[in-house]
Amino acid sequence: MNVFQFMMQNRGQVLELTLQHLWLVGISTLFAVLIGVPLGIVIAHRPRLGKPVLAGANIIQTIPSLALFGFLLPLPWLGDRADRLAILALTLYALLPVIRNTFTGIRGVDPAVIEAGRGMGLTDSQLLFQVELPLALSVILSGARVAIVISVGVATIAAAIGAGGLGEFIFRGLAMVNNQVILAGAIPAAVLALAADLGVGWLERRLRPR
Amino acid sequence: MQPPGTERPIIEFRDVSFTLPSSLGGMQVLSGLNLEIQQGEVLVLLGRSGAGKTTTLKLVNRLLLPTAGEVRVNGQVDGDVIRLRRSIGYVIQEVGLFPHFTVEGNVSLVPKAEGWPRERIGARVQELLQMVGLAAELASRYPHQLSGGQRQRVGVARALAADPAILLMDEPFGALDPLTRDELQREFLILQQRLHKTVVFVTHDLREALRLGSRIALLETGRLVAVLTPEDFLHSNDPRTSAYVKAFADGLDPMGNRGDS
Repeated sequence: MNVFQFMMQNRGQVLELTLQHLWLVGISTLFAVLIGVPLGIVIAHRPRLGKPVLAGANIIQTIPSLALFGFLLPLPWLGDRADRLAILALTLYALLPVIRNTFTGIRGVDPAVIEAGRGMGLTDSQLLFQVELPLALSVILSGARVAIVISVGVATIAAAIGAGGLGEFIFRGLAMVNNQVILAGAIPAAVLALAADLGVGWLERRLRPR
Repeated sequence: MQPPGTERPIIEFRDVSFTLPSSLGGMQVLSGLNLEIQQGEVLVLLGRSGAGKTTTLKLVNRLLLPTAGEVRVNGQVDGDVIRLRRSIGYVIQEVGLFPHFTVEGNVSLVPKAEGWPRERIGARVQELLQMVGLAAELASRYPHQLSGGQRQRVGVARALAADPAILLMDEPFGALDPLTRDELQREFLILQQRLHKTVVFVTHDLREALRLGSRIALLETGRLVAVLTPEDFLHSNDPRTSAYVKAFADGLDPMGNRGDS
């Protein structure tokens, strides 16, 4: 029996775990964007905060993912359920690319354009929403794209703490020393990562200012 | 001669100094500037790079604040900075058009921010494009689809959008080829005859200063050297003024009598 036959036979479970995987990745990316973009905006306007914030996000990124899951386990409420824990960990991992790209994107807006806008009497929030964010959007999206691709990979490890997702197949396959089972998790995960990469990449090019 | 100062000047600099914050080197960019700009005149700020021309300009719309002295616009030293800026048109050399907005979007920025009704904005954009010599079809183009001269015209239209009484222009024609610059200077004069704005115009080009200015303020290393009409500027005996005139004349000389009058 090859891997595709195996996947067909277990298509119900493949689908379920894929959806679970998507959910983990989707929710955590959403949180990462909701937290990371405002943080990136703040540090772009207050460069003195930039270093500590980016350093913090960087440090989180260097913690091995399995260890991070372990560290978070004793947390109240969040540690009670595996999926909460997984979403928290994935969010933390996704923060760095989102913050960094928001920061870079906004700092990269032509100063002459900002100056013209300010000189014409735009308020800070008009400048942000009408000028800075639209012009930084493609760079911010490219950060989100990296975050998603990282999350799809890291989310496979979430199965180790029982949060489900395609990692279930991978860990089961490892335990059974069965490559087909491993691949039944790894292939859909790879497809998800590629699809997200291409999809968001396409959006990014569409929105790139000329 | 200076225009009669019967009415209050629209822009006043009183003992204005500007020093960069120490984090940026702490250099004194302007020292003890006293200058009055009258309603409806074109005051040209002339000087080399680093003389303080752009700084002087940015003190008017409070992109910079004086470290000493005061700048009065319409008699006021402070007040709502956003209101002030929207009542002053601003044109800069790098144009600073918003690359993600169409020509129409760029031109209508201040009217939109001011909450004008839609029909009025549309009509105003058409009027402005015509005023600066741009075809109405260009309204839907993006800045990158325009030539340098067209972009600069859009910049002027944008600055005029809400019909400000004051126009600040920072080397607006500096990056253009000589023919386009000449064309835009000529159109500027025609437009100014019609609109009678108070214009503060920064340039390092004496030719441009003589052509466009009703008065020329010569700045050197942050100090005001002289304020003269173009006529007086050419005949001034001040060595700092005549140095400019001489350099200008030397530049023309090789062309001799070939009609550069």
